[in-house]
Amino acid sequence: MKEKKSIMDRIAESNKSVTTGIDEKDIKHWVKIHVMGKAYKVPAGLTIMQAMEFAGYRFIRSAGCRAGFCGACATIYRKAGEYKLHAVMACQTRVEDGMFLVQIPFAPADKAIYDINQQKYHVGTLLKYYPELARCVSCNTCTKSCPQDLEVMDYIQDAIKGDFKAVAQESFDCIQCGLCAVRCPAEIVQYHIAQLARRMFGRYGCQEPEHLNTRLKEIEKGKYDDAWDKFLKANIKELEKMYAAREREPD
Amino acid sequence: MSEVKYIKGYPEYMRELIDVVNKTRIKRKDYSPPAMSKEERQDVLKLHPDYAPGGKRKISIGQNKGDIGPNEVVDLLEAYPLVEDEEIDLSAVDYDAEILIIGGGLAGTSAAIWANNQGVPAEKILLVNKLRHGDANSIMAEGGTQAADRPNDSPLIHYLDAMGGGHFANKPEVLKALVEDAPYIMHWLLDLGAMIDREENGEFTEKWGGGTCRRRMHACRDYTGLEEFRVIRDEFRNRKIPSLEFFPAIELLTDGEGRVTGAVLCNLETSEYEIVKAKATILATGGFGRLHIRGFPTTNHYGATCDGVVLAYRAGAKLKDADTVQYHPTGAAFPPQIIGLLLTEKLRSMGAQPVNKDGEAFVFPLEPRDVEAASFIRECYVRNKGVPTPTGMIGIWLDTPLIEMKNGEGTIEKAFPGMKRMFERFDIDMRKDPVLVFPTLHYQNGGVETDPEGRSTVEGLFVAGEISGGVHGKNRLMGNSTLDCMVFGRISGIYAAEYVKKAKRKGKSSLEHVKKYANMLQEAGIKPERKAPILLPDYRGKAALARMIDVF
Repeated sequence: MKEKKSIMDRIAESNKSVTTGIDEKDIKHWVKIHVMGKAYKVPAGLTIMQAMEFAGYRFIRSAGCRAGFCGACATIYRKAGEYKLHAVMACQTRVEDGMFLVQIPFAPADKAIYDINQQKYHVGTLLKYYPELARCVSCNTCTKSCPQDLEVMDYIQDAIKGDFKAVAQESFDCIQCGLCAVRCPAEIVQYHIAQLARRMFGRYGCQEPEHLNTRLKEIEKGKYDDAWDKFLKANIKELEKMYAAREREPD
Repeated sequence: MSEVKYIKGYPEYMRELIDVVNKTRIKRKDYSPPAMSKEERQDVLKLHPDYAPGGKRKISIGQNKGDIGPNEVVDLLEAYPLVEDEEIDLSAVDYDAEILIIGGGLAGTSAAIWANNQGVPAEKILLVNKLRHGDANSIMAEGGTQAADRPNDSPLIHYLDAMGGGHFANKPEVLKALVEDAPYIMHWLLDLGAMIDREENGEFTEKWGGGTCRRRMHACRDYTGLEEFRVIRDEFRNRKIPSLEFFPAIELLTDGEGRVTGAVLCNLETSEYEIVKAKATILATGGFGRLHIRGFPTTNHYGATCDGVVLAYRAGAKLKDADTVQYHPTGAAFPPQIIGLLLTEKLRSMGAQPVNKDGEAFVFPLEPRDVEAASFIRECYVRNKGVPTPTGMIGIWLDTPLIEMKNGEGTIEKAFPGMKRMFERFDIDMRKDPVLVFPTLHYQNGGVETDPEGRSTVEGLFVAGEISGGVHGKNRLMGNSTLDCMVFGRISGIYAAEYVKKAKRKGKSSLEHVKKYANMLQEAGIKPERKAPILLPDYRGKAALARMIDVF
């Protein structure tokens, strides 16, 4: 008698991996891609990263979070017959027929060393630490090479003006993949400059949160110490009761 | 090569199902199913992958012998070392450090800075990373960090929320340290210049998290972990603390008397080993998502393979709550390129509602994660009200357009730029259409047992972050993981610094404990077919592997 499959088995079956769990005969749609000059036939619908794994690559470099946050899998590609060079994240981009691609290892870049506590919220700070900022020729290559679609050149112009807030807000979604810096003809390291600008804005450009300061003082003065004694001594039954008695603040 | 036809990112049949969701949206705007009672929760939890039978077994050797763990974890505990004692020359020391930190996410990097603050010179600290510095789950944290700093809140209420969420298994003193230091951590982040979402008057913007009774979630748009981490890493780099990349630890060293004295590293590219001697070692290697427990997809980064737990267990450290696995209710189920990736809980905090195939809201959106996830499984696999995808998955709609309806147009763009961008890359507009979700393997709730000072049960060995066990009990709440990393990164850095000031000169370094462990495996009759740590998962296609030959 055939045993009925458990829910967990059914889930595992429908969740099977799109690279290791698939048989070639079950793949309906294929595309051809070129990885560092070699052609591979891979299933349509995979990401570049999954497609390379399907083809037999096991990553050491050029793979990190696999979710578009870490910038490790910066990749550039051209399609046959096109002049345009695309810059993308391999983990966030679907393979397309005729892609010629290469992954870009992280290029060396100098980061300024500074003590954030000793800085002045002054228009010249960014230029002081990164004088090459002034070399920007406004070619917009950085913007075009940003896989996060940030207006990189705009924030570099704001950085030259010393506008911390504008740089901080424009650059906030930067994942520091480094593609802007490797393509910049003026050899500016945009993502390091943006990092300094954000820290300057976060540290010196915002008002203090009063509630936090009050709470820190309360803790320091031992406001909760007596209650802690009671809480830490409570057994599970008592804790369950206290937990159930919590009132949810209104939405 | 005919391609599937998509209309704004979805195949035609899914479009028709989206129409059903669109029709009921107005009615659902001001309605939400009530939160479940304790009994209802217990009933639905039987369907949770962490409670459903068949996924776990007893550990057969070592200090937690007899305790249960997920099969995939026990497989690694019952695995042989990568190298034999005789293959390693321990006399040639490559790095002589006071403090060795293994793992450079939020926890490890915070630990380095605070050890330095506590007086350990930068050059006496060494941070080693398996991949790049920052290839960690930390930077993928989207939703937020909890800290009880609003007037109607307190660390005590935070404590109760986390206790209940953790099924009252949390270690009280450890949890107290977490919630009591939380406001200070927010203060530290501001001092470093982190851009945490704020109101006009400077107060934090604070949102709901699942299982909490106060709004205390601090976010940085939906790049919370990224912002916290990159600021902390920048500070680390300003201190010129030495670090290595692509250099995983493959074994700890001990002095033969139960004290940890460093580690064996391996250069991932050349496969050479290197020896680090250290007075104190902090393990901050993160979790185990890439073990794909019970076949689930995962939100975790490429290197989340449980290495640290394996190493610590061989060195004699006790584990706590290592049996419990957290599945995040809302992993992406469509499109197939992003299966398993995290859709932050903050989407639900801001009004997105889980909806079934018939357009019905079927669960309170902010139950604790395990309850929420189990209710999705029930809807898909028991009540058969899930939505099938072209690759055979079954999912639940997360009605994201409700966020805009409730909070005004433009909210998604402002609060969830990362999420919106991810779906846009696959032609889906989450402002206009719902997205499909299913639970995804998210977090290792337990691990190496810790105390309020970040100590493991082995002398000289500290732990911080996801690798540790005790603070979250059996289930972690949203916003307590980034907090855990920073609080216990800081605490372990401080106490490791105190420890090395008093510790005697480093003792001898040996792999005796590994040899003993291998003997125990043999005596238990475990065949030498598995080796650990595994370091990285293997996703190569079947056809490619079948033709692979070893020639080079």
